[in-house]
Amino acid sequence: MTPAYVVRRIGFYVLICAITVFFAVPMLWIASAPFDKNPGLGVHWPDWTFENVRKTLDHPYALHSMVNSLIICITTALAVTAFAALASYALSRVRIPGRDALLYGLLLLSSVVTGTAAMVPIFVMIYQLGLIDSRFGVALVMTGGLLPAAIFILKDFVDAVPKSYEESARVFGASTLQILRDVVLPVARPGLATIMVWAFVNSWGNFLVPFLLIRSIDLQPGAVLMQTLTDEGGSVNLQVLPVFSLLFSIPVVVLYLLVNSRYGFRFHGGIKS
Amino acid sequence: MATRFKHPAQDVAGLGTGRALGFLAPAMLLIAAFLVFPAIWTIYIGITNYRLTGVEAVSPSMVGLTNYTRALNDALFHNALWLTMLFVLGSAIVGQNILGFTLAWILRRARPAVRRTVEALTLLAWILPSTVVAYLWVAFFDRDTGTLNSILGTTGTAWLIDYPMVCLVVFNTWRGTAFSMMLYSSALQAVPPSQLESARMVGASGWQTLRDIVFPHIRGHVLTNTLLISLWTANDFSPFLLTKGGPNHESETVPVYIYNVALQGGELGYSSAISFLLLLANLLVSLIYLRLLRRRA
Repeated sequence: MTPAYVVRRIGFYVLICAITVFFAVPMLWIASAPFDKNPGLGVHWPDWTFENVRKTLDHPYALHSMVNSLIICITTALAVTAFAALASYALSRVRIPGRDALLYGLLLLSSVVTGTAAMVPIFVMIYQLGLIDSRFGVALVMTGGLLPAAIFILKDFVDAVPKSYEESARVFGASTLQILRDVVLPVARPGLATIMVWAFVNSWGNFLVPFLLIRSIDLQPGAVLMQTLTDEGGSVNLQVLPVFSLLFSIPVVVLYLLVNSRYGFRFHGGIKS
Repeated sequence: MATRFKHPAQDVAGLGTGRALGFLAPAMLLIAAFLVFPAIWTIYIGITNYRLTGVEAVSPSMVGLTNYTRALNDALFHNALWLTMLFVLGSAIVGQNILGFTLAWILRRARPAVRRTVEALTLLAWILPSTVVAYLWVAFFDRDTGTLNSILGTTGTAWLIDYPMVCLVVFNTWRGTAFSMMLYSSALQAVPPSQLESARMVGASGWQTLRDIVFPHIRGHVLTNTLLISLWTANDFSPFLLTKGGPNHESETVPVYIYNVALQGGELGYSSAISFLLLLANLLVSLIYLRLLRRRA
């Protein structure tokens, strides 16, 4: 062990520690404040209590907004998965005229038309359709936004499924519908589960779309309610907000861990939202 | 990934073109209605004086390119462009890129436990809902009891008001580094270990190894990653959750500006014109990105 080596090792650990602290410290608050008797914005060892949890559960809108989030996100996740599955199978297996151009167009769309770039026309459209304050309208907009990327991820997945399964089923005289239902669907299940979780997590965290399209507080999903509570401020909300943040984060983390442990983390080169 | 378009498509299940089009239809209808149509409609709204309220809300009239000439002379729009550039440069091109690469490079040889812990923390920062993350940082930067002031002993410093752009850059670096880290981790696996070994044998310094051996292998990844995270950062709406663009427009990036002009000011026509400019910028970056990806594939 040369001195230079020792210095390098020390430097290495100092750097790792600094980066760890940078990532961990802002998160400490969500671990301590929910269970603290005098919750504030600072981080300190909590004076343990479950009073805040009770207050949050009693809050007129807290649980309600979670239900709204669930309604919006389950609708979105199911629609994205179903429509993307059908489209990606057709694009993977059938040589539709203009397919390559269509795929290229979809890929462009998924990154060009972002929520922020399209917020004005989407707001105007939903406003003129009279779908402001409709959870269904929010789910529709989110589904449209997530579909191009979902089709791409799923098409990669279907492309990797060997055609021999379908071929042998066909040799044994299975009909197209039977092949799709009994052969393709079971084989594609991991891909479908991944896409469903991906769509759910993305719509769960989406703030902009429901913030634009939902006005009344009893229809707001969790992401928007948090912002509403933040704007109101006050000491009551300091009891509610930490617990609510924690509860609101749990589904995302649990789903991520689930997909990660069952199917392994799949790196979908560049497609996030 | 997505550039492998050309492979023999074999219709093994006997779907047929007709039914295949039927399979495509629901997805295409939704995409047409909620992505393609809004994008095109932006062009139309952008040449009218459409407003949220008032006479122009009922009967908007065509104003030609007035909105665009107005944007040319709008000091607040210039301010938004400048702040967006700072935001992208500071948090994406420099922040996420360098921190992400550093993490990928040093975690390569770290113990599995250390590696997993650091990766889990960065990923957590990436997957948590944006409103939660924004509130964490609002608490962290708080003037009176915020953690940052406790650490530095600077109680009374209102970071989000005194240094809003610095806060946003730090926030977004924290938020998005996971993506660059993962991308560079997988890119680094393509660097042949034998070359790294021979660099070590001839006594090359760490910096020389990076510059002469590692960088040529991952140059393509650096370029595509930078384009992608820049595009996401320029379109990011989370600055609104931290500062709402304030104080006095000091952190009003283009997405926040569009929101404030459209929904606060009610000027839907003018904000559509600016949205269209953002769409054009996105299109340009995406075209370059896809071209680079294809060349690599």
